Amino acid sequence: MGLALLFIIWLITLSSTYYFVIQKWAPLPVASANGVAIDHHFTWTYILMGIIFLAAQLALGYLVWKYRDRGQKVQYSHGNTTMEVTWTLLTAILFIGLNLSGEKIWAEARFQGAAPGAVQVEVTGLQFAWYFRYPGPDGKLGRTKPELEDASVGNPVGVDPDDPAGKDDVVTGTMYLPVDREAELVLRSQDVIHSLFIPAMRFKQDAVPGLMIHMHFTPTKIGNYEIACAELCGLGHYKMHGMLKVVSQADYDKWLAAKVAEKLAQ
Amino acid sequence: MVTTFSPVAVDEPKIGGRGPTIVPPPRDGGWGGGRPEDHRDRLRRYRIGMFFALTAVVMIFVSFTSAYIVRQGVGTWSDASARYVTDWQPISLPPLLWVNTVILLLSSFTLAMAQRTLSRKLKAAPRGGASLEPVLIVNGQRSIPWLGITFVLGAGFLVGQLLAWGQLRHLGIFVSTNPSSSFFYVLTGTHALHLLGGVLALGYAGITSLLRKPLVTRFVVVDVTALYWHFMDFLWIYIFALLHFAR
Amino acid sequence: MSEQHAHAAPTGFIRKYVFSLDHKVIGIQYYFLALVAVFVGMFLSLFMRIHLVWPEANLPWIGHIKPEQYLTLLTMHGTIMVFFVLTTAPQSGFGNYFLPIQIGAPDMAFPTLNMLSFWTTFVSFVVMIAAFFVEGGAPLSGWTNYVTLSAIPSSGPGQGLGEDLWVISIAIFCVASLMGALNFITTTLDLRARGMSLFRMPLTCWAWFVTAMLGLLAFGVLLAGGILLLLDRNLGTSFFVPGGLNVSGNLSFPPGGLNPGGHPITHTGGSPLLWQHLFWFFGHPEVYIAILPGMGVASQLLSTFSRKPIFGYKAMVYAILAIGILGFLVWGHHMFMSGMSPYSAFAFSIMTMAIGVPSAIKTFNWLGTIWGGRVRFSSPMLFAIGFVSLFVSGGLSGPFLAQPVLDIPLHDTYFVVGHFHLIMGVAAIFGIFAGSYYWFPKMFGRMMNETLARIHFFITLVGTYAIFMPMHYLGMAGHPRRYSQLTELNYLHPLIGLQEFMSIAAFITIAAQFVFVFNLFWSMKKGKKAEINPWEATTLEWTVPSPPPHDNFGGVTPVVNHGPYEYSVPGAAKDYVMQTDPATVSAH
Repeated sequence: MGLALLFIIWLITLSSTYYFVIQKWAPLPVASANGVAIDHHFTWTYILMGIIFLAAQLALGYLVWKYRDRGQKVQYSHGNTTMEVTWTLLTAILFIGLNLSGEKIWAEARFQGAAPGAVQVEVTGLQFAWYFRYPGPDGKLGRTKPELEDASVGNPVGVDPDDPAGKDDVVTGTMYLPVDREAELVLRSQDVIHSLFIPAMRFKQDAVPGLMIHMHFTPTKIGNYEIACAELCGLGHYKMHGMLKVVSQADYDKWLAAKVAEKLAQ
Repeated sequence: MVTTFSPVAVDEPKIGGRGPTIVPPPRDGGWGGGRPEDHRDRLRRYRIGMFFALTAVVMIFVSFTSAYIVRQGVGTWSDASARYVTDWQPISLPPLLWVNTVILLLSSFTLAMAQRTLSRKLKAAPRGGASLEPVLIVNGQRSIPWLGITFVLGAGFLVGQLLAWGQLRHLGIFVSTNPSSSFFYVLTGTHALHLLGGVLALGYAGITSLLRKPLVTRFVVVDVTALYWHFMDFLWIYIFALLHFAR
Repeated sequence: MSEQHAHAAPTGFIRKYVFSLDHKVIGIQYYFLALVAVFVGMFLSLFMRIHLVWPEANLPWIGHIKPEQYLTLLTMHGTIMVFFVLTTAPQSGFGNYFLPIQIGAPDMAFPTLNMLSFWTTFVSFVVMIAAFFVEGGAPLSGWTNYVTLSAIPSSGPGQGLGEDLWVISIAIFCVASLMGALNFITTTLDLRARGMSLFRMPLTCWAWFVTAMLGLLAFGVLLAGGILLLLDRNLGTSFFVPGGLNVSGNLSFPPGGLNPGGHPITHTGGSPLLWQHLFWFFGHPEVYIAILPGMGVASQLLSTFSRKPIFGYKAMVYAILAIGILGFLVWGHHMFMSGMSPYSAFAFSIMTMAIGVPSAIKTFNWLGTIWGGRVRFSSPMLFAIGFVSLFVSGGLSGPFLAQPVLDIPLHDTYFVVGHFHLIMGVAAIFGIFAGSYYWFPKMFGRMMNETLARIHFFITLVGTYAIFMPMHYLGMAGHPRRYSQLTELNYLHPLIGLQEFMSIAAFITIAAQFVFVFNLFWSMKKGKKAEINPWEATTLEWTVPSPPPHDNFGGVTPVVNHGPYEYSVPGAAKDYVMQTDPATVSAH
């Protein structure tokens, strides 16, 4: 039985470690500036926790086999204070040290706002779609009213026609961003809590009704990136997806200009 | 209830212990063993239970308090003005609440008097308090029915609270009128519900003599109910002060 | 309140088995309530696993499962498992049965309150199940019930009456738990027998005591939150619901509803984050409530079946206390992505890493207990060993999630689901199994079948790893949680194969649980008769008959002279010294 336990525990441990190491189900390739730092910190945590995982599980399997009852004498002991203190301190230093070493990345992402000159996008989540609003040439977003929110008449975020600042606002279902330029997002929600999750950008933030939440990130690779909703929002949660298209600055300017023209022509 | 032992070898769990050593026997763990539980043990047990029950009640009001404080300051996004606004408008408290407060404080006093009467009776009682004599006779004389008065005062407080809420409703201030009114009703309503439980307990305590329960039982019931009641009194003062000062 | 503490044994079926005041009967009542609940929860998860990988499947009898029904299955699965299984069986089940006996008491401090707390829990369960059968069905807002999905009846099917019943059920459960908690605490503090000092209590008693303290301080907060939510939903208050909402064209909720003043309801100024703070202030201690008793049982069993004292008893006690205290300081780690202040997130993350330390100490000490011992592989020990392995696996994903920067990609993905299932959904369950196999002889006077136990153990160990370990891979690949199917996002398509593997593993593992249930009921009638102390264990329950008499100790008060883990004491006649053995241990 001891051998069976050792075998099972070692098998489970080694096979799961194998799949962790080869990254068979790999995350999407990272495409943002601070995403690289996040992945780097993740790898460190991975390695350290992996070592502890292997050590603890292999030790458990080994110990139950080695100390199976074969009539041996038991070493009566209530413990060892020195060992107790040692491993407590080491664990505390490891855990807290690991956490502190990652805090700089968190601070860069969240303690400070976007740099001036960042692309402004307002992101609105609602059951069950994402809409993105760009301020247009005047650089200002127009006022919105909940009673005007109606996707079927082409005004999903409820832009108030009486506000001149909103005349050139561009509202789309696909987010466009220029590469290598910081984007400032303002997240809001019309109904329940949603969460804007762009896996390739290593970006996630809840969109909370009643709050306007400012976030920023910098996409670094041109491409199309899927957006998922990461907070349970109702029956359509699984299909509340969007698309982020990262393009060159030139393409972005062209796209935005075309959209603004389209809007002003209405 | 101290039993003396001579020191014996006892295994005390120690980190890195080396086996049996001679140490004095540990203090009695609890109910002492061997002798049936007397009213002092029961009293201690119920007092401990009531203390922890009150701790749980405290946590409910701690939650309401923190929600109250945060709500006063937190802003919500207003599309109309494109900024965060706070909508806190404190309601004015009905003056009747002062009267109710006095009634409740008085009731704590009368309950304390009831406790004193019962304690005196218990000390003077034959057969260690196992008697079934009605409590209103102390040393052969009729005493003031303090417990009954407390019951009436407690019920009076609840009626007063209902009247105060009626006054607010008359002014068009309901639970959903504004955040301040919502918290007012929640805090006073939850307190009143707990106080109603206290009034029912007082009622039970009052009729224990009718139910022919021994004096010691009545003593424990009144003592523990009093603990609850005084706490409800203190809780009301806290709520009233919170609504009054933290506006 | 006036019954004599040592009450006479009851007669008649109703007083003996239905409204019993005997903590042993009440413990078994709780255990069987949890057993029913775990099967309900397990079947809900079975349908979830089927729908996830075959969303268009038309099942016999149930038909086609719609996405909203998946979410209802998910919500009720989580709720029933967390509340009616993990908060009930380890604490109210085993704790009720064995805390008084292990400390040498004839019953709990307040037997009538104990009986009331069980029946209140039962009523809570009935109300919860009733949610399935009302118009609109059971809610779909998750066991976490975030506002505004939970506060606005029109935000989804089941969010009407079903959601109200859910909140009411939970509120009733809070009251029941508070009653139970104060009973446990008073019993532990006041009813210990002579010689049973706090530092001679078995670690199971310490675990039940700290768990009760956590429950006492946490459930009131959930109750408060539930009250505020019911007001927001039904009386138009705005504790949690902000203004300016548009839910499928409705600006007022419920549409056309009027507040008590007769005016249309307008919500304004509420904070959805307030619900999260209140919920998680309760919710985090709740998960420690779910695991601490299992840790106590694991410590007990590892020591007993290694014939060796627990390594570092005092450190284990301090670790339990530290977990309890720190457990109240970490709730914000569920809210890193919520819009909460990032500075608060930093503070919470430091506390969360700190709480990993006492858990690590316990793991080292468990390993230290086995080291140098003489391991007997009886079924309770198998599950205790399994507990340690599963706790290590589930625990080590914690330091990932505890760091806000890593929580960015991992929050609300299957990584979290894998983390909490390995700890709560498997390790804690293994704690319940371990306790079941261990204490069955004492409760029913018979042994459970060892062969069936081993089959149950190996299939469940391998099966649960097969279900929940892959969830970490899914999470790292960015697979969000609470998705009813993977068909809509391209990057999820490569993960369907792994989900299929997990579902197959789930079917097999669920099937294996019937082996346990069969073993349980068959052994009650046909199991080999048990001796008074079949495991040669040292704690007080093994000094009394199986099952124990009504007042546990037959009128003879135990006197305790030894600590709880005196195995293989040098110079003693046997390799165990019972806690009630004479003070001087003789060599023959």
